[in-house]
Amino acid sequence: MSKKTEFGPPLNPRGRRLEAKELESITHVRAKVPAKYAWAAGTAMSRFLEELKNGKIIGRRCARCDRVLVPPRMFCERCFQPTTEWVYLPGTGVVETFSISYIDTNANRIKEPILVGVIAFDGAPPHCGIMHYFGEVKPEELKIGMPVEPVWKPKEERVGSVLDIKYFRPRRK
Amino acid sequence: MRDVAVLGVGATAFTSQTPEVNWKELIYDAAVKAYAEAGIDPRRDVDSFVTCAEDYWEGFSIFDEFTPDQLGGALRPTMTVCGDGLQGLATAYMQIKTGMFNIVVVEAHSKISELLTYEHIVELAFDPIYERPLSAEREVHPYYVAGLEMNLYLHATGTTEEQCALVAVHNRRQALNNPLAPYGARLGLQEIFHSGYAFTPLKKWEIASRADGCIVFVLAAGEIARRLTKKPLVYVEGIGWSSESPWISARSADASYARHAAQMAYRQAGITNPRRQIDVIEVEDRFAFKELQHLEALGFARPGEAGWLAQSGALGLDGELKVNLSGGSLGCGDLIEASGLQRALEIVLQLRGEAGARQVPNARVGVAQSWRGLPHGTGAVAVFARRD
Amino acid sequence: MDLKKIRKDVAVVGAGMTVFARRLQETGKEMSWEAAKMALDEAGLTLKDIDAVVLGSAPDAFDGVHKKGEWLLDGAGGTNKPFMRVYTGGGTAVFAPIAGWWHVASGMFKRVLVVCEEKMSSVQPHAQSAFAHIWDPILDRPLRPNLVWIFAMEMQRYMHKYNVRYEDIALVAVKNKRNAVGHPCAQLADPTITLDDVINSEPMALPVRRLDISPPSDGASAIVLVSEDVVYEHTDSPVWIEGVGWCLDTTMWTNRDLAFPKFLARAAKMAYEMAGIKNPRKEIDFAEPYDPFDYKELQHLEGLLLADPGEAAIMTREGKTQRDGEFPVCPSGGLLGVGNPIAATLGIKIGEVYWQLARKAGPRQVKKDVRTGVAQAWGDLMQFSAVVVMRRR
Ligand SMILES: [Zn+2]
Repeated sequence: MSKKTEFGPPLNPRGRRLEAKELESITHVRAKVPAKYAWAAGTAMSRFLEELKNGKIIGRRCARCDRVLVPPRMFCERCFQPTTEWVYLPGTGVVETFSISYIDTNANRIKEPILVGVIAFDGAPPHCGIMHYFGEVKPEELKIGMPVEPVWKPKEERVGSVLDIKYFRPRRK
Repeated sequence: MRDVAVLGVGATAFTSQTPEVNWKELIYDAAVKAYAEAGIDPRRDVDSFVTCAEDYWEGFSIFDEFTPDQLGGALRPTMTVCGDGLQGLATAYMQIKTGMFNIVVVEAHSKISELLTYEHIVELAFDPIYERPLSAEREVHPYYVAGLEMNLYLHATGTTEEQCALVAVHNRRQALNNPLAPYGARLGLQEIFHSGYAFTPLKKWEIASRADGCIVFVLAAGEIARRLTKKPLVYVEGIGWSSESPWISARSADASYARHAAQMAYRQAGITNPRRQIDVIEVEDRFAFKELQHLEALGFARPGEAGWLAQSGALGLDGELKVNLSGGSLGCGDLIEASGLQRALEIVLQLRGEAGARQVPNARVGVAQSWRGLPHGTGAVAVFARRD
Repeated sequence: MDLKKIRKDVAVVGAGMTVFARRLQETGKEMSWEAAKMALDEAGLTLKDIDAVVLGSAPDAFDGVHKKGEWLLDGAGGTNKPFMRVYTGGGTAVFAPIAGWWHVASGMFKRVLVVCEEKMSSVQPHAQSAFAHIWDPILDRPLRPNLVWIFAMEMQRYMHKYNVRYEDIALVAVKNKRNAVGHPCAQLADPTITLDDVINSEPMALPVRRLDISPPSDGASAIVLVSEDVVYEHTDSPVWIEGVGWCLDTTMWTNRDLAFPKFLARAAKMAYEMAGIKNPRKEIDFAEPYDPFDYKELQHLEGLLLADPGEAAIMTREGKTQRDGEFPVCPSGGLLGVGNPIAATLGIKIGEVYWQLARKAGPRQVKKDVRTGVAQAWGDLMQFSAVVVMRRR
């Protein structure tokens, strides 16, 4: 081991930036990732998906902290206790937050923006809900706190997925 | 200096499939048992939580996101080790040794039945430029490396195929005494040979089948544990881990990762003669020959001697060395990153005298060893003891 | 938790950091080696002197390599050593050094090398494709989300609840991209960038625009940590790790108010208490909070209890967070200016605090005399933070 060395300059980084030409001539090895999974949905989420098929939103109540957890879980992460009771929610809620997205999953640019956000459900504790799309609303009309309601797919098209809800729209009186 | 004790353990049964629960519910089951045994409330008493997981086993990028709720670790210091359960245990051990953490929880699990393309994911761990094309080109199962390593080991030590096959016979039989183990069976040497070569010289039934399951450990600083319980405690006396070069072509014939890890753990635990000082042994046996190789690496036998010990009946409940009484990976199933914690669980049960039909009388010191599996040379060793 | 019983004090004695760029030429192993070698050189050590290695790297999906840590280990110097990879998503950059800290603080190792690597350019068609798998498969994945969405939602919620103006947020991008001009590793330094450039940049997921985001990058960083027992063999003026904290909130991100990072406040309190800090605003001289988006710098200053909710925007507008201001923030240039190879941002966070405290930051050296700095990183589903307090005694 060398003894107390004088330190070099603050930062003298290794590596260098490649020119655009060089970037094209790099040797590559290509491969696909063959990863396939079949996850068990679990006790709570299986019921949640079944109820979506019925056009209903369901949660689980924790008897200790009295919160209705949506999406439902078999245990409360705050109390570390089993949840005790199924609770149907009206399905309506408010816009907790939102974004107007001009990019898709793979960061491709898109012309018509996707309206997406979190819906906090009525009947659940504050800020408690799911992510989903918004529809029948102009981007500039979307506001935090706006009351919204789900628009369901026709019953025969529902398969037990969050996509059984087409989107949420401003609530009609 | 602070010591580290095992305050509680919890485990699910190990089974080939668990479709009735998702991975969170599986982990929750084991965690609830561990906390009940430790007599603690995770929301109040635990200082840090450690999960052992790898993204591709689970099918998620950043699996760490999905770890806190089922352990009681939400809004708490919670983290992931990309390693085997014993490396998770080592992490908790170090955290407690800093003096800052009093109670630390370690969780390792397998939900491997949900991975539909297991061989492809194993292959994905090979170097993508030099190593992967070899098996991809011929569509060879990546376990061919186990065949290569076994051949190397047999050649280097003079161990015979029969001696390796005996390991599979023993461990499947020993698993019949372990209510958690799914793969207990009474098989003869002939049946192992009859299963046929999978990757010469490795036979099909010398390869552990996979299983799902979860194990949770609650570790505590000695002074805290002694305050919380009057029951005799099992202590972690030493823990070591080491990694060989990741290149398959650079792999040793003698599992040097296990030797280095054992040296580190033995140094801390004051073990100078493992064969005399250690009463119960759990070593990794995903491939039957690995048990022999690991016994030698851990100093229980000279190179080439472990096979003879197996042949002379020295390995097992009635033998001189009490090895893999839990059934090992061949009997309990390959629990992926939880395998090491399953070994540690068995040692804790043995030292407490709670191992039922497979109990070693008066067991006081035990060692658990893990290996992360193909294609890597990474392993860990933990020494446990009772002091009362 | 007993925050004042640490067995061994731990100091940083060397740091290294590669150029951040689209590094197609080098493998992750090679970049890891570059950073490790630089850190060892600065510490005056060779790999033989190192007792254990800790590695940090974000999702394996960037590389398409399973057990990426095992794969990188020879590049990081881990061969035939105790080697451990820890993982807390984007928070890994500051969390891996914390793991290095407990290796030494436990008394088990005297000299530990911490290496963080990220190569995001391998995954096709875009680094975002790797993020397609970070979501809950039942609740989120069917909606085919882009990672930027949730940050846009968080930013929206933050602006709404604390009445923060977009113009003040965009100032952070301007400041950091200008600060990065002094950084030899920087990918995105821009000496002439203006507020209008940011405000008029392409909309991505509104309110987030292109210049609000630090784009993907490749690179590696490393530090050497040593125990108090041997530190003076290596340096006369060590920089000590005085406080560490980390915290992970619930997975259910749609069940939280995203406006305030409660998990960060908890991590910060843990680190401050350990460091004996009672009034962080007075006792901390500068900060390197995690800034993958400009609003995150503000939200993180507030989570670090260095500003009240909503106040960080005002501090920024008033110029207090400039490098020569009264409380410099991201003097490195941050992720917005230097680049965002996730775990490798160790070099911009822990690395920068170390260089600043050791007075080795060259053209980036902050004006005032600094003795205590804080580094922070953030990750997972907007749910994790790691905090490290460092000090020159
Ligand atoms: Zn509750």
